[in-house]
Amino acid sequence: MIELIIGKYNFWISITLMMIGFYAMIAKGNLIKKIIGMNIFQTAVFLFYTSIATVKDGTAPILWQKANLYANPLPHVLILTAIVVSVSVTAVALALIIRIYKAYGTIEEEQILEMANEIPNPKPVVSEAEPSQIPNTASQL
Amino acid sequence: MAVTFVSFLISFALLNRVLNTGRISYWLGGWQPPWGIEYVLDYLNVFILLIVSFIAFIVSLYARRSVEKEIAEHKITTFYSVYMLFIAGLMGMTLTGDLFNLYVFIEISSLAAYTLIAVGRKRDALMASYNYLILGTIAATFILLGIGYLYMVTGTLNMADLRERLPALYESNVVLTAFAFFTVGLSLKLALFPLHTWLPNAYTHAPSVVSAIMAATSTKVGAYVLLRIMFTVFKVEFYLEVVPVTKILLVLSSVAIIAGSVLAITQTNIKRMLAYSSVGQIGYIVLGAALINQTAMTGSLIHILNHAIMKGALFLVVGAVVYKTDIEDISGLRGMGKKMPYSMAAFTIAALSMIGVPLTVGFVSKWYIAMGALNAGMWYFIPVILLSSLLTAVYFWRIIESIYFKDGETEPRTAENSEIHNPKSTIRNRDDAPLSMLIPTLILAGLCIFFGIFAFLPVSIAEKAAGLLLGGL
Amino acid sequence: MEIVQSAKPLYAIAVSLIAVLFIAVSGKRPNLREFCTIAAAVLKFSIVVSMLPTILAGKVIEYSLLTILPGLDISFKVDALGIFFALTASFLWIVTSFYSIGYVRSLNEHAQTRYFIFFAVALSATMGVAFSANMFTTFIFYEIITLSTFPLVAHKETPEAMKGARKYLIYLLGTSIAFQLFAIFLTYYAAGTLEFSNLGIFNNIRGEGVSDAFLIATFILFMAGTTKAALMPLHSWLPAAMVAPTPVSALLHAVAVVKTGVFVVVKVVLHIFGVNLLAQLGLGTALAYFASFTIIVASIIALRQDNLKARLAYSTISQLSYIILGVALLTPSGITGSVMHIVLHAFGKITLFFCAGAIYVATHKTKVSELDGIGKQMPFTMTAFTLAAVSMIGIPPLGGFLSKWYLIIGAIEAGQTPIIVVLVVSTILNAGYFLPIVYAAFFKDPNPGGHNPNAEYSEIPNRKSQIREAPVLMVASLTLTAIGALLLFFTPSVFLVLAKMIAESVTGGN
Repeated sequence: MIELIIGKYNFWISITLMMIGFYAMIAKGNLIKKIIGMNIFQTAVFLFYTSIATVKDGTAPILWQKANLYANPLPHVLILTAIVVSVSVTAVALALIIRIYKAYGTIEEEQILEMANEIPNPKPVVSEAEPSQIPNTASQL
Repeated sequence: MAVTFVSFLISFALLNRVLNTGRISYWLGGWQPPWGIEYVLDYLNVFILLIVSFIAFIVSLYARRSVEKEIAEHKITTFYSVYMLFIAGLMGMTLTGDLFNLYVFIEISSLAAYTLIAVGRKRDALMASYNYLILGTIAATFILLGIGYLYMVTGTLNMADLRERLPALYESNVVLTAFAFFTVGLSLKLALFPLHTWLPNAYTHAPSVVSAIMAATSTKVGAYVLLRIMFTVFKVEFYLEVVPVTKILLVLSSVAIIAGSVLAITQTNIKRMLAYSSVGQIGYIVLGAALINQTAMTGSLIHILNHAIMKGALFLVVGAVVYKTDIEDISGLRGMGKKMPYSMAAFTIAALSMIGVPLTVGFVSKWYIAMGALNAGMWYFIPVILLSSLLTAVYFWRIIESIYFKDGETEPRTAENSEIHNPKSTIRNRDDAPLSMLIPTLILAGLCIFFGIFAFLPVSIAEKAAGLLLGGL
Repeated sequence: MEIVQSAKPLYAIAVSLIAVLFIAVSGKRPNLREFCTIAAAVLKFSIVVSMLPTILAGKVIEYSLLTILPGLDISFKVDALGIFFALTASFLWIVTSFYSIGYVRSLNEHAQTRYFIFFAVALSATMGVAFSANMFTTFIFYEIITLSTFPLVAHKETPEAMKGARKYLIYLLGTSIAFQLFAIFLTYYAAGTLEFSNLGIFNNIRGEGVSDAFLIATFILFMAGTTKAALMPLHSWLPAAMVAPTPVSALLHAVAVVKTGVFVVVKVVLHIFGVNLLAQLGLGTALAYFASFTIIVASIIALRQDNLKARLAYSTISQLSYIILGVALLTPSGITGSVMHIVLHAFGKITLFFCAGAIYVATHKTKVSELDGIGKQMPFTMTAFTLAAVSMIGIPPLGGFLSKWYLIIGAIEAGQTPIIVVLVVSTILNAGYFLPIVYAAFFKDPNPGGHNPNAEYSEIPNRKSQIREAPVLMVASLTLTAIGALLLFFTPSVFLVLAKMIAESVTGGN
């Protein structure tokens, strides 16, 4: 049991981090906090990738005469791409939050849902926005 | 002017692409030489690619007028660029033969999708987009994790390579975990019930063009990826001998079919109704796939095409109605049959097809899936299919009836002002969508019937693709 | 059996579809539009008649239109049963067209063009059912009939009409999708074909691993799915559809819809399951008792209806079950009687509905209790009504007697004494709900002096002396069908020959 925990500690750390992030994404009402949770969530996966790339006694994958064992560079490369993706997702999310803030005047999810249910819209802040007549009933994560 | 030009260029680029795929499809089954990351073209993805590019082309023809109305002027250029990005992402997902590349394309198309949904003028769209973003990211990250696990145990990312190496490892927990992550992540992407919650809001609040293209293509490509992972990366034996995942999918998809239809009945907004109907229809696709036999798989693939055509047509009609009248409520459609006869004719055809009336495409896919269920010895899925046909009939008939049989706010009809005695009354009210919107809609509606009658055209491709997926089972 | 390749069945179907175009285009000019309708009707009838000699010579006309999927093709086959049904329907279409013209014009109905268009579509689909060579084609046209008659039933567009029409649609479309399509799936799965076979699809593959339970389930699904035949307990769409204008009711009841229903039942019994198989499984007897139940119960309900059309509707329900009963007896005479009843009931019932419509147009009366003394006002109409009613009851010298005669012989052949009792009882019941109308119309005083509380119309005392008939077109057509019912007794030759051919072919010539 101990062996399972200690021997695979990298798994456990990334899983724990994932769960923290996942919790924040689901349970937090504040939109920014959700994004923070999302970043933790993604980073956990990135860490997982980098950790599986490690080779015992291997050095960083740089061509170096003294080394004969290198860590696997491919996951690093992959994760570099994934990080770029993650950054762009975060950027889009933040941009959306700014728009949401302009439109609703708040970034608390509950308040936004209340406002979305109001008919008609008191003050459409977005340029010539049409008040939505549709009660926003679907469950929101 | 700039806008028209851009839109023209885009249409042209898409047309070109359609022609291109047409040419490539001549060497069906041929393999393109790998350039590091491999792009594979076989019966299956040529089929999907044709659907995606065709729908993208049709919608871009249609888009100009609708976009002008629903999206602020200074954003239109951006809209088209993102639209292109979205399509490119979907095509990448379809073509790639490499798992990590798949992830990147999923994210490209998703990012584009978030933007497209939020680009409209409605502020609810922002929240819809945000929620989609959160769920979409969870899904993508799950997929990423699944890829990581598979890479960890096999050391490869190439799908064909994985297919060779995995069977030896089927008993491994890591592989099982990876598969679980893939299934959950992709189910989110393709909005399989109960992971569909992002979809209705997104479709409802997005600009009509975006709803149309997303409904017709993005969930379809999601379904394609699921099929790829399930049947190309893993082999059929995996489900038959190791994990009975397909059983779970069967139950889920049946629930999706019924629940989607029931929820659709309760809606008052047309777009939202169509969105829930999509949830149900996605259930069909998964159901067909999860039955794991040639006939059902063919049905499932055909349904990918058919649903793209039908739902595309329906959303385009709704877009035209919104363009003309700003009406999104079902009750607002009263008497629309007189006002927009051609659009409504297209709507009726597509709706009948959704119900699965013979001679339309909807019937063909239902036929195959039902036969597949019988071949698999699971006759109890037939009542599911038929019940949902009935429910579909209920929610569409409600609309068709109000389109044709109830007058709008005009004065109650009497014998005196009926069309015989006062022919001008109908002409005066007639105000259909502009041709640039009407023609794409009618093309799609026409295809609903064309492929319903000449069903062997798509079916022959789908059968080959199904055979490919099932490894000649 | 000799097979003749010919596109004639397709023409017969296409004629009215093409007419739809002309009707739509000429919508602004009623005369031209109605000319199109009549021309199409006559043309269609003549095409059908032109196929008759071939069929009488014992040949079969086949035509394959296209193949949708392997095993699923739209193809046509004209055999004795098909031509029989087609003859009846296309002839009555001509009559109904004349009658409709009179009806819609004198009531100044709205949306007349739509009315004629869907009328023509429904008739096309009826021909389609009559001539279809496989269950798939039948199913397609069956659905087209449902969809195209919906606008006709909902014609008045009042909330009440919409409600009735919706019920109509839910029953017909719902059951056909839920049960009939299911049954088709099962049939195709088990047999690999949907092509009608003279001795029955399942009969041919008997003993090839198809279990009895499977067959029984499929049979029940087929019967439940063919709601158009109005077998109880799935009959209640028919009274609900009474909201339709009278010519539509006439069409529904006599020509297109219910006859399609029983026609499909006949097809299923004879050509999908086959006489021998059903006899082995005992399903024929079960169906016969089911039909008997419907006959009696519907007749009793009919007794209690005051609305004339509702009474006719329940009468239709019970009469349809005669047809099913006859087929379910699975004997040559039973089948002959059943097939004969398709045409005899068509003529009788269409006359009755025409009369109901004529009464409505002339006096706006819809209730049975208001009809006292109306025979003096509308002598032609009521005479036709009487003739048709007598035919329905089955008294010679009217057509209805013939089919009952054959049914009874069939029941004797099958050794089903209870069925004979049913037939006799139902005849009495038929008389019970028709004769009072006739009696009241001719012999009762329209102003019974407080005896009848519903007699509000009697406020004009001198009305009874006047003859106030419906428009000439209407009276002419209802007289024609009444004479038809009469003639069918004396010269049933063509129909009887066809009916016997059918009975002979499906029982394997024994």
